Amino acid sequence: MPVILQGLITILIGVGGCVGYFYLSNLILDRFIFPAKGENIGRNINRANAVRPWLFLFPAMFVLGLYLVYPVVGSFVRSLYGRNPNEFVGLGNYISLFGSSDFQTSFFNNFLWVIIVPAASTFIGLVVAQLTDNLSWGNLAKSLIFMPMAISFVGASLIWKFVYANDADIGLINAIRAMLGFENPIDVMQIPFWNNLFLMVILIWIQTGFAMVILSAALRGIPEETIEAAILDGANPWQLFFTIKVPQIMATIVVVWTTITILVLKVFDIVYTMTGGNFGTEILPSYMMDFMFRDDGRATAIAFVIMIVVLPVMIWNIREARKEMR
Amino acid sequence: MDNIAGTKSSLMWATHLSVLFLVLLWLIPTIGLFVSSFRDRDQISESGWWEAPFAVELTARGRTAADAVQDGDVYVITGNIYDDPEARSYFPGGGGEIVAFGTSGRAPGEFPAGERVEIGDGETLVVNTDGTYEWRTPEDPGDRGQRVYFAAESPPNFTTENYEQVLTADNMDRAFINTLTVTIPATIIPILVAAFAAYALAWMDFPGRGVLIAVVVGLLVVPLQLALVPMLNLHNSIGIGQSFIGIWFAHTAFGMPLAVYLLRNYMAGLPRDIIESAKVDGATDFELFLRIVLPLSLPALAAFSIFQFLWTWNDLLVAKVFLPSDDASKVMTVKIADDLLGSRGGDWGILATAAFVSIAVPLVVFFSMQRFLVRGLLAGSVK
Repeated sequence: MPVILQGLITILIGVGGCVGYFYLSNLILDRFIFPAKGENIGRNINRANAVRPWLFLFPAMFVLGLYLVYPVVGSFVRSLYGRNPNEFVGLGNYISLFGSSDFQTSFFNNFLWVIIVPAASTFIGLVVAQLTDNLSWGNLAKSLIFMPMAISFVGASLIWKFVYANDADIGLINAIRAMLGFENPIDVMQIPFWNNLFLMVILIWIQTGFAMVILSAALRGIPEETIEAAILDGANPWQLFFTIKVPQIMATIVVVWTTITILVLKVFDIVYTMTGGNFGTEILPSYMMDFMFRDDGRATAIAFVIMIVVLPVMIWNIREARKEMR
Repeated sequence: MDNIAGTKSSLMWATHLSVLFLVLLWLIPTIGLFVSSFRDRDQISESGWWEAPFAVELTARGRTAADAVQDGDVYVITGNIYDDPEARSYFPGGGGEIVAFGTSGRAPGEFPAGERVEIGDGETLVVNTDGTYEWRTPEDPGDRGQRVYFAAESPPNFTTENYEQVLTADNMDRAFINTLTVTIPATIIPILVAAFAAYALAWMDFPGRGVLIAVVVGLLVVPLQLALVPMLNLHNSIGIGQSFIGIWFAHTAFGMPLAVYLLRNYMAGLPRDIIESAKVDGATDFELFLRIVLPLSLPALAAFSIFQFLWTWNDLLVAKVFLPSDDASKVMTVKIADDLLGSRGGDWGILATAAFVSIAVPLVVFFSMQRFLVRGLLAGSVK
């Protein structure tokens, strides 16, 4: 099996190369460039210590720069050219994008996804986290709801195909409809507008566990005094939850919300496997894949639109992180 | 804690019930896939997976024997319809009780079992519930038996046939190995690279550290889509093209922001005394990192490797772009999404099985390492 062998060799080269790089570069720095001996020993040690962080950082910064920073620029530049990489079209790709009805549909659908999926996942996650908190079998329940996190979007889509199938003997939804007395099975993937919601259910199903785990930890971190005080003051469980607990974990709720929002803007798998973008279910990431390998100019333009949509979240994240470090 | 002011038992019951309801809601789709993967194609299209433990009424067809015994002026043929190989082939688990029979494909269950009926030309036929039949015909049937359609209870039948087919045919075995080949190097290689960088960002002092941390946080959310076209072009122009080497690089890089961020957060939380006393004792940064910080960061390393493993195993986008689209290098997600769903969209048994094979490994990893995973999630999001 040559591919596996290739993989094993890669692991050896990769890991060995890393260890070798870090070890040798430190060695060279300390022994030869700035040796900790001789007349300039003090200056040399200081210089070596000033260089060392960059030795440690270099490989990571190199791949980050190459694969994530350069593409921001590279994609933008490429999006200014047409299908033919030598034909400069300026903002032509963007203009024709905004004029195309497919793009408008996918932008609108993406907007729905960004509104609904994070809200639903966070809300259900919060409810489950609270409900399971005092339950003797709460941990079991949590790990079962958390489970879809491990499943690929493709796998999840297939799982839900068995729910949505256009056949009362395969799809649960149509089976329930048949039980209620409806004659003909319907294809829920072809109902305009609502099919988007059915697709979102899949992502909500996957992401609720993530929200639940984090919010459950946040709920446990609430100082007990505040809860006890509220109970002594006669707060009922609803008041306790909505006016005492939720405000205290608001920061975490926002983190969960934004994390899922970012994810929503990347997921193309579900739409790709369930409908292939047909029946008005296209979203930006799947719309981009339609042009991938066909029209790089158009594809990069869509990717850049996604980037612009993500930008506010990115800035907000950075500001929060800087606040934390101070 | 919540119940300090007296136990509210009715509320507790409501909690139990609603959690149970949610858990079932979350589990049922997966159970459906799991059950379906053990059923054969006919059973899947005949009844829902939720009816799998019960008998299914299947419509089958067969042909009677033709060795007639003359009885006066009629020929009588008797036998058991289940002796016919064609009829038997519908019931791999053994034929059940016959409910109805008929002689035309348009009305396969026209007559109740056990009733003698006229089937034209003076012929009569009776098929009993146990499969025995008697066919009386005024003419010598020659060597051709009578066509018989019948509906019978097929006992629940679970089979591993789908698994045999998925794992041995259709290149799915190949896809499984390809997925492993992509996943393992792409999980292991970023760890060490990220750990060194995280150490530098957590415990070394240098100008620009704050900016670099901010950059890493920013890169966490850069959409992958941006990297696809420029990096594929770059790979092509430096000769890597679409290949395993390319996808290892790509996954390593795409996992890097999370790795650095997670590990830095964890390392920055290690007790300062340990690090400083080691420095006072003359440990260099390199020794400090290898001997003290790295071993102490094992939980975070484990958390990241689980994330990266799940993410690379489950990835469809990166594999579609950075791997060639021939059969020899397809990974499982691509195989399922592009091949199975496209060409065999109707073969639900194979689809279910392929999906289950592809999610089985992540599920095992998930359930055995859940503790680390949760810890990692918390280190990344909650401070």
